[in-house]
Amino acid sequence: MPITYTVGTLLILTALGYLLGRRKAVTVAGGNIASLHSVPSYYGSFSALWVLLPTISLVLLWLALKGPVINWAVVDGMAPEAVLGWANASIPPGELEAVRARVAEGAGALTDIQRQLLLINITNLAAGQAQYVNPAVVDILRPAAAHMQDLRSLTDWALFGICVSLAAAALFITRGKIGPAFRARNNVERIVTFLLIICSLIAILTTVGIVLSLVFESLRFFTKVPVTEFLFGLQWSPQTAIRADQVGSSGAFGAVPLFAGTLLIATIAMCVAAPVGLLSAIYLSEYASGAVRNVIKPVLEILAGIPTVVFGFFAILTVAPFIRDMGAAIGLDVSSQSALAAGVVMGIMIVPFVSSLSDDVINAVPQSLRDGSYGLGATRSETVKQVILPAALPGIVGAMLLAVSRAIGETMIVVMAAGLQANLTANPLASVTTVTVQIKSILVGDQVFDSAKTLSVFALGLVLFAVTLVLNVVALRIVQRYREKYD
Amino acid sequence: MTEITAPLSDRSVSFHTSDAAEKRLRARYAAEKRFKAYGVIAIAFAVSMLAILLFTLFRTGISAFWQTEMQLEVTFDAAVVDPKGTGNPADWDRGAFQGLANEALYKAFPEVTGRTDRRELRGLLSPVAGAFLVNYALENPAVVGQTVKVWLPTSDGINQIAKGNIDRTLPESNRPVNDTQLGYLDRMESQGAIRTAFNSTFFSASDSNYPELAGILGATVGTLLTMVVTILLSLPISVAAAVYLEEFAPKNRLTELIEVNINNLAAVPSIVFGLLGLAMFLNFFGMPRSSPLVGGMVLALLVLPTIIIASRAALKAVPPSIREAALGMGASKLQTVMHHVLPLAMPGIMTGTIIAMAHALGETAPLLMIGMNAFVTAPPTGFLDSSSALPVQVYIWADKPERGFVELTSAAILVLLTFLVAMNATAIYFRKKFERRW
Amino acid sequence: MDTQTMTKPAAENGTKSAKMSARGVKVFYGEKRALHGIDVDIYENEVLALIGPSGCGKSTFLRTLNRMNDTIDICRVEGLITLDGADIYDPKLDVVQLRARVGMVFQKPNPFPKSIYENIIYGPKLHGLATKKDEFDAIVEQSLKRAGLWNEVKDRLMEPGTGLSGGQQQRLCIARAVAVSPEVILMDEPCSALDPIATAHIEELIDELRENFTIVIVTHNMQQAARVSQRTAFFHLGDLVEVGNTEEIFTNPRDERTQGYITGRYG
Ligand SMILES: Nc1ncnc2c1ncn2[C@@H]1O[C@H](COP(=O)(O)OP(=O)(O)OP(=O)(O)O)[C@@H](O)[C@H]1O
Ligand SMILES: [Mg+2]
Repeated sequence: MPITYTVGTLLILTALGYLLGRRKAVTVAGGNIASLHSVPSYYGSFSALWVLLPTISLVLLWLALKGPVINWAVVDGMAPEAVLGWANASIPPGELEAVRARVAEGAGALTDIQRQLLLINITNLAAGQAQYVNPAVVDILRPAAAHMQDLRSLTDWALFGICVSLAAAALFITRGKIGPAFRARNNVERIVTFLLIICSLIAILTTVGIVLSLVFESLRFFTKVPVTEFLFGLQWSPQTAIRADQVGSSGAFGAVPLFAGTLLIATIAMCVAAPVGLLSAIYLSEYASGAVRNVIKPVLEILAGIPTVVFGFFAILTVAPFIRDMGAAIGLDVSSQSALAAGVVMGIMIVPFVSSLSDDVINAVPQSLRDGSYGLGATRSETVKQVILPAALPGIVGAMLLAVSRAIGETMIVVMAAGLQANLTANPLASVTTVTVQIKSILVGDQVFDSAKTLSVFALGLVLFAVTLVLNVVALRIVQRYREKYD
Repeated sequence: MTEITAPLSDRSVSFHTSDAAEKRLRARYAAEKRFKAYGVIAIAFAVSMLAILLFTLFRTGISAFWQTEMQLEVTFDAAVVDPKGTGNPADWDRGAFQGLANEALYKAFPEVTGRTDRRELRGLLSPVAGAFLVNYALENPAVVGQTVKVWLPTSDGINQIAKGNIDRTLPESNRPVNDTQLGYLDRMESQGAIRTAFNSTFFSASDSNYPELAGILGATVGTLLTMVVTILLSLPISVAAAVYLEEFAPKNRLTELIEVNINNLAAVPSIVFGLLGLAMFLNFFGMPRSSPLVGGMVLALLVLPTIIIASRAALKAVPPSIREAALGMGASKLQTVMHHVLPLAMPGIMTGTIIAMAHALGETAPLLMIGMNAFVTAPPTGFLDSSSALPVQVYIWADKPERGFVELTSAAILVLLTFLVAMNATAIYFRKKFERRW
Repeated sequence: MDTQTMTKPAAENGTKSAKMSARGVKVFYGEKRALHGIDVDIYENEVLALIGPSGCGKSTFLRTLNRMNDTIDICRVEGLITLDGADIYDPKLDVVQLRARVGMVFQKPNPFPKSIYENIIYGPKLHGLATKKDEFDAIVEQSLKRAGLWNEVKDRLMEPGTGLSGGQQQRLCIARAVAVSPEVILMDEPCSALDPIATAHIEELIDELRENFTIVIVTHNMQQAARVSQRTAFFHLGDLVEVGNTEEIFTNPRDERTQGYITGRYG
């Protein structure tokens, strides 16, 4: 019984609920619709919602949990001999001892990586793709695969049964409730409001999800690498070996070079974006005629709408070679993945962001201040420099912080234009790497999901999230205060 | 006040018209001009960067829509093509077609005989010309056993040289095609056996390791599927959230928290959403990696705050008088919102949504995190299939060393930008059409 | 505008010379005409009050006198306005210099978000009226004394000007205008945001400033016009209905619209 059938059945039952509820209401009213508390369709909706909502939530919950629960049940339900048999054929001899020693625990003896491998084998078998499984273990794993298939069909049927009975119960109960005095509309509205609240909570759930997944995986990372080493270490080379007995198996996870590289590129980006963005905003709001504004603003919006991957390509195709040639012309040795190229392109990307934020901020400065200054015989630039900018300063600072946060979190440009080598340098012509580059380069490519290397990604993600969050909170506060001042 | 005297009250000569003041004024105006020039330079910089960007993309990308082909006389030897002799195309030996193409090439240059010379000669023809030959034979099954003239794609190097993307006057060691090969090319050209044809492969094929065979169909389908998931999830949820926060929510701690949270979520780096997708959707819930479903879910979360903020602004713009009128007629709060306020706010919501979707369309990093950089040689057929996406395809191709992928990357970007322009134009159209002055 | 008919502004009142004069001034906001041809002279060391119902163009006229209207894109001015006999709309004349000579105080106090001290020296610094610290100190003291604000703020010169009360802020703005040492000061309803005591204070001040400056003031308050001005001009729907000695306008108006307005029948 695939879940689509269950859902289909539920939808039919929902429609049925609507019709029955409505009919009951009309019958009860006995030709005098006005005697009902609400319009008949509300009685229908009332039934329908009660049929649909609980069951569909159950289905969604099961969809989300099905994978982990069944996997857990299958692997932990395996006989110790089967586990051992699989281990004999599948894991390196060095690790085998540990499994043998705790063979009585069955799958409990396996490490997370081994468990994952085992699971992949079983899942492939269950899906009928034995060709992807080591032939030596196919027979050993057959029972487990069968178990998995059984569990799947069993739980799907159980889900179907539970949902249909729930729906029937809801049909029955709501039907009983419907009478002339029943406040169907209020009930429906309460349910809808509840749904609205749930939807607005999703934003919070997303944040919670981000924090949980980052913190959880980071903690696992910090059991392998001390926090202090991660935050203050000067060496970053995450190439851990796949097998424990391999030489040079311990990578270095000092993230300072990444932080420094990120800062260097963000600084270069801001050196481009801050003056260009701010000056454009000033020109547009204080000097430009309406016609010029109407042309330039959309142009800047186009720039803002270009995907970052395009800027990344622009960096490698045009800007980096240009900078390298320029460097060569004056006798400088510029890396082809220089921080300068990545930073400049990132700056170009952020220009419209800075300029539109600054534009808002500058426009919030009351006209009376400009009048006051012009009335005293100030020129435009004097007014801008001595009255408008000082008055708008908090807002501009806020805008710049948001832009910095944007630069720090930007991924594609640096992934494409910056390097992979973790160099601790302040030389913009050298190649540096950034937090986001490392996250991407470590994760892309199929990795076993348990090594310090892959886990380090989440620690980096956590730092990235924390830093940008702080920047955003502070910046939004400043901007909000600033707005209130001139409201 | 009488103790105040000169210079303020000295009116014999106004300070402001004195020579010193005039001189100072000139300096002030010079400063003014300078400052204004800074503004002009800043804008010129931004605009010219955009212009250079677009120009470069056009210049490098436009040639990808054309493909250099060479005409060869191919003998479809029935014994080679159909070794089983069943006459059924399913039984053809598809691997043999490349050999047929090579033979045809040798035939065109009978004087080239040695092994190495022939290898050099083969450098003219696409190493995957066989695949095109298969398609040709499938479309015209009658050719089996005959000799026909067929247009086949040239190798990447020849293609780039013929289209002028690589300068043929470069020193021999700096170009992928050597002098002998150039000679072959010129000879064929003089015989009219070289042409430039529309590169339909670009639109009908998916990813490939060979530029001649690579296209954007798979990535485009992947993107469409992803976007469908994104909008189906994000639009209802965001509108519901916006309606609640704007119309129903009491002003308390929780709603304040939600609001701050939404604003901050809008500024969380997109790669972090990718990590969320990886840790939650893939690793915890065990959803299929690389699938448009997961990609769409991640992007939905990413655009959620944007759409909520836009929707709230649209709801806020509906004047209170409308609500009062509806409430005054005995409508409930929910009815008022659903029947009157929401329809009026819909154009604004749609505009915000389209802009958010355009943003999602260009997102790359979160999709990389959940493995949507899969190498897919056929378009995905469902939401759970392994799939790529247009911006990811751009990234993948940008990384490839072959010269042919440079133009393909630019061309894929042009397609991506076309989608974006279309979406933004729709948004502007919506805004203009439904713009309302209360 | 027909320049032939424009004569050099002649003094209406033989004894004094006109500091500024307007001849046939028309102002347009886009297509809409806000002033229909204004002729008026403004005499040195005199206060001219502009009165009239709301929307009749008083502020518009005031703003043409130092070309503050230049900052409004859609605004266009026709006619002749002179300062010391020179056309102030002459393209060769510099608007920055003009505004230094013809200062302005606005309806709503608009101190810059800077310290009181910096507010005052803003103008003098721009125009190079002083260069040394003690010169600036002197200007600050002098201007604040002139604006009658010195005693209240002398101990808090470095505090932000926005922290003062409304009346104090307005006097600060007057001090700021005075510090540039202009020849004419334009005031657009300077007391409309103030309470009676602060208003009285500023009226007193205007009377004292008259010694050194020529002042044009827009007001809605008849008593105020009567108290502070020597001459009064009555505007109505973009026309200058009547201008003359304040006493005469208030006791013996020639036009019945003026009479209606000052006796409170409309406006
Ligand atoms: N910036 C502007 N754009 C368009 N029209 C304007 C502008 N400023 C003023 N007006 C119009 O010009 C006319 C005169 O306005 P003005 O402000 O001079 O009147 P006022 O006499 O100062 O009125 P109040 O006593 O209310 O201040 C009015 O009809 C007004 O609507
Ligand atoms: Mg006014």
